[in-house]
Amino acid sequence: MKTFLEEVNEKINGVPIQRCYHCRKCSAGCPMTSAMEHNPNQVIKMIQLGRRDAVLNSATIWLCVSCETCITRCPNEVDIARMMDVLREMAIGTGVGAKEKNILKFHEAFLANIRMGGRINEPSMMVHYKLKSGDLFSDMAMGIDMFMKGKLSLVSPRTKDMGNVRRIFEKTRQS
Amino acid sequence: MKVSYYPGCSLHGTAKEYDQSVRSVSRALGIELEEIEDWSCCGASSAHNTNFKLSIALPARDLIAAEKKAQDVMVPCAACFNRFKTAEHHLCHDPALKAEVEEIVGGRYQGSVAVRNPIDIIANDIGLEVLSAKVVKKLAGLKPVSYYGCLLLRPPEVCRFDDAENPVLLDRILTALGAEARPWSFKTDCCGGSLTISKTAIVTKMVDKLMAMACEAGANCLVTACPVCTANLDMRASGGAGLPVFYFTELAALAMGQEGPEGWFRLHRTDPRPLLQGLGLL
Repeated sequence: MKTFLEEVNEKINGVPIQRCYHCRKCSAGCPMTSAMEHNPNQVIKMIQLGRRDAVLNSATIWLCVSCETCITRCPNEVDIARMMDVLREMAIGTGVGAKEKNILKFHEAFLANIRMGGRINEPSMMVHYKLKSGDLFSDMAMGIDMFMKGKLSLVSPRTKDMGNVRRIFEKTRQS
Repeated sequence: MKVSYYPGCSLHGTAKEYDQSVRSVSRALGIELEEIEDWSCCGASSAHNTNFKLSIALPARDLIAAEKKAQDVMVPCAACFNRFKTAEHHLCHDPALKAEVEEIVGGRYQGSVAVRNPIDIIANDIGLEVLSAKVVKKLAGLKPVSYYGCLLLRPPEVCRFDDAENPVLLDRILTALGAEARPWSFKTDCCGGSLTISKTAIVTKMVDKLMAMACEAGANCLVTACPVCTANLDMRASGGAGLPVFYFTELAALAMGQEGPEGWFRLHRTDPRPLLQGLGLL
């Protein structure tokens, strides 16, 4: 049976994360550390220690905003941004789910919108997210202001070959 | 020059002023845009956050469509640009993945077209002399800070077109327009991206810091090339106390005396017109 570290490295399919020597450049540059319970370099250490549940159950992996400052500055080319993508996929795939539920709900609403029309229609995507998250009233005044200014288009052009788009979603569906 | 054009979803919605100003400025600079036929969404951050293969397959579909024309692809949105460049990188470096994605999308990817941002095309292909010769109204008194955000330049081996820590092309474009670009250290700091919807408080904190640092640098506005950065900077500063935010192409159109800028400025949440009127630019 593979260790957690082996599994993560296999999915990253690049530089093995144990190349990290904890210089903490990633954590120093990360814009999200103040909101995270573990710094990015600590996540690497936790993976090495096999702390699967603590990692996959953390808010940290969802709060990573994929700004890629870490990979830009890492002296050992450890792709921490990709590692966070892998961890999120593992959290979803193993049924752990997302500690930060609304962040995942946003992504789901976004992708459902693409699946429906091939392109994002911002107002309908937002309505879908709000219904999923139950966060109905935040930004209401801003939304009305944007609508009055003509910034929100309730109807926008869609992709014509939707069969092709749906096939892409079908074939990339994770079991 | 002729390029293929990928507007992306935001440019047909909340960032329509970016789309219109890119089209208007391109026309004036002799860049002919041909929209990619029947394009679809690149998947943005939501695809790669949850499904790696989908995040490569969606932009691959557009890249394959773009390859019908042998010309560079202009992608103005920083988020789309980053996803296109990332897909291109993986498809060129991982033959097994490329074969799988081609089967998923139902087309062959040749790697034959270059993905370019308009900052790169205007600064490097058109040239700053040509741009500056088109200026009829120098943006005197405007003191912008260039704000690239995360996705235009990271990671550097994928995006390439400007320095990843201290990029300079946008400053040079603004200088060519007659503005007085202010130096600052936050050109590539993060605005919080798509967390703006699900984690608004965190994003407000990040935007407030950027606004404070821009003020400290002596700026009177911020300039971007990204719909997400613009939305966050324009709408998330606490108490609506932020500086005005422009797409760089809006300012280029203004300096070139084109029709349109005033209508675009009306769409901003933080109204930039008082600033521009005060400087005699509107």
